Amino acid sequence: MTDFLLNIDTAAIDWARAQFALTAIYHWLFVPLTLGLALIMGIMETCYYRTKKQFWKDATRFWQKLFGINFAMGIATGIILEFEFGTNWSNYSWFVGDIFGAPLAIEGIIAFFLESTFVAVMFFGWQKVSAGFHLAATWLTGIGATFSAWWILVANAWMQYPVGCTFNPDTMRNEMTSFAEVALSPFAVNKFCHTVTSAWIIGALFVVAVSCYYLFRKREKELAIESIKIGSIVGLAASLLAIHTGDGSAYQISKVQPMKLAAMEALYDGGTDQGLTAIALVNPFSQPEYEKGGEPPMRISIPYALSFLATRDIHGYVPGVNDILKGGYPKADGTKEMTMDEKIKNGRQAVIALQEFRHLNALERQNQLGGDGCQRREALKRVLNEKMPYFGYGFIKEKSQLVPYIPLCFYSFRIMVGLGTLFVVFFMAMLLVAYRKKDVTAKWMLITGMALLPLGYIASECGWLVAEFGRQPWAIQDMMPTWVGVSNIGSGSIMITFMIFLALFTTLLAVEISILIKAIKKGPDRE
Amino acid sequence: MTYEFLQQYWWFLVSLLGALLVFLLFVQGANSLMFSLGRDEEERRMIINSTGRKWEITFTTLVTFGGAFFASFPLFYSTSFGGAYWLWMIILFSFVVQAVSYEFQNKLGNILGKRTFQWFLIINGIIGPLLLGGAVGTFFNGSSFIVEKDNLISGIMPVISYWGNAGHGLDALLNPWNLVLGFAVLFLARVLGILYIMNNVEDENIRCRGSVLLIGNSVPFVILFVAFLVHVFVKDGYAVEPETGVIFIEPYKYLHNFTDMWYLLIIMLAGVAMVLYGIIRTIVSKSYIRGIWPAGAGTVLTVLCILLCAGWNNTAYYPSDIDLQSSLTIANSCSSEFTLYTMAVVSLFIPFVLAYIVHAWHVMDRRKIDKKEISEGEAY
Repeated sequence: MTDFLLNIDTAAIDWARAQFALTAIYHWLFVPLTLGLALIMGIMETCYYRTKKQFWKDATRFWQKLFGINFAMGIATGIILEFEFGTNWSNYSWFVGDIFGAPLAIEGIIAFFLESTFVAVMFFGWQKVSAGFHLAATWLTGIGATFSAWWILVANAWMQYPVGCTFNPDTMRNEMTSFAEVALSPFAVNKFCHTVTSAWIIGALFVVAVSCYYLFRKREKELAIESIKIGSIVGLAASLLAIHTGDGSAYQISKVQPMKLAAMEALYDGGTDQGLTAIALVNPFSQPEYEKGGEPPMRISIPYALSFLATRDIHGYVPGVNDILKGGYPKADGTKEMTMDEKIKNGRQAVIALQEFRHLNALERQNQLGGDGCQRREALKRVLNEKMPYFGYGFIKEKSQLVPYIPLCFYSFRIMVGLGTLFVVFFMAMLLVAYRKKDVTAKWMLITGMALLPLGYIASECGWLVAEFGRQPWAIQDMMPTWVGVSNIGSGSIMITFMIFLALFTTLLAVEISILIKAIKKGPDRE
Repeated sequence: MTYEFLQQYWWFLVSLLGALLVFLLFVQGANSLMFSLGRDEEERRMIINSTGRKWEITFTTLVTFGGAFFASFPLFYSTSFGGAYWLWMIILFSFVVQAVSYEFQNKLGNILGKRTFQWFLIINGIIGPLLLGGAVGTFFNGSSFIVEKDNLISGIMPVISYWGNAGHGLDALLNPWNLVLGFAVLFLARVLGILYIMNNVEDENIRCRGSVLLIGNSVPFVILFVAFLVHVFVKDGYAVEPETGVIFIEPYKYLHNFTDMWYLLIIMLAGVAMVLYGIIRTIVSKSYIRGIWPAGAGTVLTVLCILLCAGWNNTAYYPSDIDLQSSLTIANSCSSEFTLYTMAVVSLFIPFVLAYIVHAWHVMDRRKIDKKEISEGEAY
């Protein structure tokens, strides 16, 4: 049995992870507003196209101006993500590039060009192209952005639930066997729906918040009221869809990433008839002592809800952190999960078999592989077929490495769900007031409308924290832990680029917010 | 379709994207000359608005170039980006600051001031073409890296590709021939930028200045380009034995490639002639402002042939000068047959994409940019 003396600079891994987290979190500050505003602008310009009322044109152009300021930041923060897999995760890029590269390339060919070509028509084409072409350009910009979300989420979903591929020991990488399985993976479909609907919520919150500001200041009344109506309809529909898709997401996670679910719930010891924790006291600053069992203090739970969420049966069995670390618990289909020791053993056997396989390949290249060697190699191939799904476990030294940082998952999940529910109530109230009283003047309501915008961003980013921290230590579920996926770059270099990104993005964010505020204060231009 | 055909096809597509990218660097070239072409704020604003309607296409081509390389030649993607870390990072930083510079510079509330963002555009305008050219130079001049796939399971250091020195890509700039190509690409971008602005901005002063600047940028471009071409023709190249995959040094490899693939030589010479025609006619004739089209098309053809010469005909396109057998060829670095085939199907979208870009470009450029446009219409 080999024991890995992995000689990787742990600081380099931490900095590489930090850099990816930083750039992805920053990018995600701008993308949801792009997706959400695109929908709302599209609706408004369609109103203009059908009614030819100048009001709708002014409204569309106003929101498009704000869209443009935000869009530029989305592009600036996005380019690095396309290349960061190579620069900071080069081993990952080779190991699964045969599958993972495809959605990224398709994203460029199909989505980015659509977006970048028509966004220029949208901004500068009002007097240059026909009204119909302009409307098409506005929608195509949004569709391009949404396509791009599709492909990048296909890529992300694949890391969480790798399908449609097989390991090839000759090339030392995973290779795609079914494009349809990758591109239409149920995990990807759900992730896309959940992410895009959550982005629409941000778009709606933004439009409503800006409109509330105008009503608060008693100006731009018509624009504000009409925007609130459209924004609240979009927001309500999107929040309800996000709840529905979020529920689907939790169900899928329980099947393919049970550890993530256990960490989200701070569920140490699982069982049947599990309640969903509403709130509990989990120390946010340190990993809880889950191995001691029990449950976090001050826990208030909704009876049976977790079992139902995870298994669609109120009596269903949900494994906790300790159950997963031990393994051998019953699965929904009646079979038993493999024990963790066995998984780790399988992983190490896969590594050893691969070492021997590569050795035999080397002998073959020197023409020293006899008949026995050939037979041995065939036998090893069969071992690899069986054991490679556990390859990643071969790099696990201690079982505690398999547990994500529980407090972060626990609180992020609660913040996301809590705020999501709040948004449903808020949009319903807004709609009711806007349509029945025709006039939104209650000060508390306007202040709430403005205050909810930052909370929307927090909820959205929390969703990503759950998804990405919850799958630790895996870069690719069960196949590759993060520390095997890195590039061979000194931690110093990565630290410097991290600092540059931090300074650059933060400065540009400050400029962007300042410009947005000025543009909002100035209000719409009228022709 | 055989696996070999798919490999050649994808090298063609990646080369085509690279060639289109070099043409589209006219955005960077024009931005780098912002203060020479435009003498006052109004003139500069016209220039920025002119490149500002195209920059996203350049940017997207760069991103797609990265994505397409990842999908078709993942070992290049992992080895080069993960190894030549600093070279690529600096290129990326320059494109990051460019991306916001158009939108932000003339807006109220820009707390960094207009000048900051103009300088961002100039930095990107110089660094972008220079370093991208330098990076392409390594396709011929080699880099210091080792690929050892067994590292993944050696139990010590699992990373399969690693760089042979601490320069992490900046070492490419120590090789003068990479710099020669880098500066050639920079001056080419400036030439194309001038030609584009002369065509796209309707302003007598800018056009007059353009003619003069054109001479000053074409001369160094031609000298550097010819020097690099001669260097490539006479230098030893990195060849690969197709049956065994063994890589060896072959004298005059690239010259042989051009004689073996004579059609590439013809197309390249035609491309060079078109570039020169576009430049010379613009300099000579005062009324001729369409030089960007022959020069742009010529650039695409020339760069395409140079990149094809680097990878086709059993050549290692990303050679390693410290471990010859680690060098990347299109056969040893490409994706699986299944993926290449799938992506080949996706590539059928490319003509459609090109068509709508051309259409939108045509519609938007029917009216040239002038002072009235930026004061009355939508403008940055």
